[in-house]
Amino acid sequence: MLRPRIIPCLLIYKGALVKTQGFKDPKYVGDPINAVRIFNEKEADELIVLDIGATVNSMQPNFNLIEKLAAECRMPLCYGGGVTSVEQAVQLVDMGVEKVAVSAAAILKPSLLREIVAAVGSQSVVAVVDLYKKNNSFLKSYELCSHNAKKFYNDNPFTLMQSFQEAGVGEIVINSVDRDGLMQGYDLDLARQVKSKVKIPLTFLGGAGSHEHLKDLISQVGTIGVAAGSLFVFKGSYRAVLINYPTPEQKIEICQEALRTNNIKGDFFV
Amino acid sequence: MISIVDYGIGNIQAFLNLFGRLGISVKRACTAEDLKGSNHLVLPGVGHFDHAMKSLNKSGMKKPLEELVLGLKIPVLGVCVGMQMLSNGSDEGSMQGLGWVPGRVRAFKKNPKTSPLPLPHMGWNTLSSKNSDFIFNNDYKESLQFYFLHSFYFDAEDKADVSATCYYGFNFDAAVSRKNIHGVQFHPEKSHKWGEQLLKNFTEL
Repeated sequence: MLRPRIIPCLLIYKGALVKTQGFKDPKYVGDPINAVRIFNEKEADELIVLDIGATVNSMQPNFNLIEKLAAECRMPLCYGGGVTSVEQAVQLVDMGVEKVAVSAAAILKPSLLREIVAAVGSQSVVAVVDLYKKNNSFLKSYELCSHNAKKFYNDNPFTLMQSFQEAGVGEIVINSVDRDGLMQGYDLDLARQVKSKVKIPLTFLGGAGSHEHLKDLISQVGTIGVAAGSLFVFKGSYRAVLINYPTPEQKIEICQEALRTNNIKGDFFV
Repeated sequence: MISIVDYGIGNIQAFLNLFGRLGISVKRACTAEDLKGSNHLVLPGVGHFDHAMKSLNKSGMKKPLEELVLGLKIPVLGVCVGMQMLSNGSDEGSMQGLGWVPGRVRAFKKNPKTSPLPLPHMGWNTLSSKNSDFIFNNDYKESLQFYFLHSFYFDAEDKADVSATCYYGFNFDAAVSRKNIHGVQFHPEKSHKWGEQLLKNFTEL
């Protein structure tokens, strides 16, 4: 039976492992290669690595570092940051990156995803959608952004996600900017809305602070990917750096609602 | 010596690293010459079926591979699209497959049992045993699981060739074995200890 994926998300800035809050104030948390080794030992389901210094500085992916990460990584690896061309995507896949994530470039050049899908296949293409929840109006709405939430767009985020699905991407990662690093839980309302509108595999990122939060999201939307940064690199309220990941027993506990439902239906939430 | 067939596609490095860690001698084979002296072969593959077949044909290794696999009968393991290439052909494209394991590769989205499910089939899934020692002779029987990432699946003509099935809307053929020819749809090289054990078992065939 297919089960939900629990995914550490590592942020890279100038070659170092960092963690942000609200996409700001990157705090140094260690060496990325070392972090990958620890997640190998802990048998993480997948790994997402995002270089938050690439797009804002108009730099291409740090292929040197990514090659080392991919070689070390014993679980599927998704890389994002600074990917703007088909050639880069092909190079990343050849290096052993299973999934190439595209964000800003996909918004700015709508044909790009389709071209990358044609070159490396749907299964290897991920669209990352950064969303900022507007709190200053009575109407709940989400604003699309990129470049570490420095650039905003007028596009309807849900229409955009559907167009990414049409373009053939294999997965969409929805990143709640306003919850980044707060560790107060996912935006469950947003997750439900996206799940009802998009059919391809989804992963949610932004806000997880405890295993309960992962469990809440899975119980609400089923067999999806639940990603987290702070949760898996910090311990305690003082945010002491300690890389951690659920044990196999904890995983079963976190995923139990989805596993139970899949068992009853013999199938999945659809 | 295990050769990882490098025709320009797939995660060769992941296999080299994994066998290296296990202390099993392994090399990357990019030419017909490199294939000489192999006693096990791994055929990886990702992406589009036609692109993979064209690249293999262009590499000049197809013929020597046939000699090794069909002539000398050395064990071969196709992984993901590498498994699909063992078939006669795929609905994804128009190229002919290797035809080593009779069957056709079909699209999940064309199958009414899987078309309503999220596609690609992505993530960790369990297997149902048919009869394959090298997959199921595992120290971790209870928790045995593998990472899948695909939109197309192998449909073996002779179900006696199916060594494991996996459930996603229905039980599809997740692994095939026909004499010395083996294929797995999932990624053992990205499946932690479960995949490591499987690949180790393969080298002992």
